[in-house]
Amino acid sequence: MARSSLRPEVGQTGYPGKLIVVEGIDGSGKSTQLHLLDKWLRSLGLYVFFTEWNSSDVVKEITSKGKKKALLTPTTFSLLHATDFADRYERNISPLLEAGYFVLADRYVYTAFARDVVRGCTPAWVRKVYSFAVVPDVTFYFQVPPNVAMDRILEGRPKLKYYEAGMDLNLSNDEYESYRIFQTRIVDQYESMVQKDKFVNIDGTLDIEEQQNQMRHQVMKLLPAAKVPAVLELEKREGEIE
Amino acid sequence: MTQQLAAHPLKFFGEGISYLKRLESKGSLIVVEGPDGSGRSSQIDLIISHLEAAGHAVITTGLKRSELIGAGILEAKHKLPLGKKTLALFYAADFGDQLEHKIIPALHAGYVVLADRYIYTLMARSSVRGISRAWSHDLFGFAVKPDLVFYLDVPPEELFHRVFQKYGSLDYYESGADLGLADDLFESFVLYQRGIAKEFKVMETKYGIVRIDGGRPIPEVNADLQKRIDGYLRTRVRPQS
Repeated sequence: MARSSLRPEVGQTGYPGKLIVVEGIDGSGKSTQLHLLDKWLRSLGLYVFFTEWNSSDVVKEITSKGKKKALLTPTTFSLLHATDFADRYERNISPLLEAGYFVLADRYVYTAFARDVVRGCTPAWVRKVYSFAVVPDVTFYFQVPPNVAMDRILEGRPKLKYYEAGMDLNLSNDEYESYRIFQTRIVDQYESMVQKDKFVNIDGTLDIEEQQNQMRHQVMKLLPAAKVPAVLELEKREGEIE
Repeated sequence: MTQQLAAHPLKFFGEGISYLKRLESKGSLIVVEGPDGSGRSSQIDLIISHLEAAGHAVITTGLKRSELIGAGILEAKHKLPLGKKTLALFYAADFGDQLEHKIIPALHAGYVVLADRYIYTLMARSSVRGISRAWSHDLFGFAVKPDLVFYLDVPPEELFHRVFQKYGSLDYYESGADLGLADDLFESFVLYQRGIAKEFKVMETKYGIVRIDGGRPIPEVNADLQKRIDGYLRTRVRPQS
């Protein structure tokens, strides 16, 4: 299939490409949804790049060493995640947006705005540190009652990592209790961003297909005009199969 | 007679560190800035000896020295070229680790903390690489303001000879080789160091950096520094009642 022009009109980010972000607490279902969106965009013949929070090889090794020693202060923790983000941003996100890609980010700066602030960093400071990052074309926020999301995660009584459970905050000596308090606080931070950062809310308790339909409906607005007939055709065919 | 040091509140560049509970310093934070070859290390050694002889407890700190991250930066630099913001944040993380685990506790305890370079070098490096000064300033909003900051000023041409005689080669980053300023390393080194010196000039008034002529013989530079440090430390002693 012919690829779309590498230089379509410049979008909200100031780049020809499009940046689509999912945010929400662990267990909100955001990664599943982004995966489905990824498949869809690729099936349309678009250039797609997927990137994930805390995944830069360069930074990972050092972060995990520190995490094991439980030595990280909130500021260092925040700066290491910012380093990870900057590496992915400078290496992939920015150049690929420039090249016209659909960049799909599983967590973006808003994760730092939520987690680092819960850990005690000043909100204004965290925002300034990440001020080099472009505002996404769309940020989907997966709203799930904290208990539902946490039940999904805790169902199998997994071994929670020290920082994942927010144990560094001394919320509780019980890691599951600590995790619950920590996640609830993160939700509060996310909720405070919904208006300000123009999140598109997705009800994470809906059926997977329904959530995906809502996302695709939003993303349709970002597709190059030439792709829209293909989408409608695809939907028609799927309709016939049903 | 014991000299009791007066506690003073820690001052920060910006927001500070809101989750810290103890925010006073009984010690002093003294920074020596200057490029490689400016005589920084020799001066720091002399200052330590002098201060220790005078009965002060001294610790030193520097860039890339945190247990957590220091070695990682060197490793990462060798593996893959890092972007300028990535590098800036990596150094900031390393600095933050040392600040909270070493510098601030030592200041609480009444040490003279002698910093072999501080955030000013990091800000200067970032700025010559095109990162906005405002962003760097905001990034270090959590950093403690030093009590004294010196900058050892040596002309780049002179620095080149000192570095070359000492190491027999030039450091890739210290020559600004990543910036593609010039074809040969000598020219690149001079242009880069000139850029760094200019950044320090810009920062001088804003951050109260004291410029010291580092082109003089070591003992002369040392006498100059020591006089200023001793003068400052006398003001830090609590008046005996």
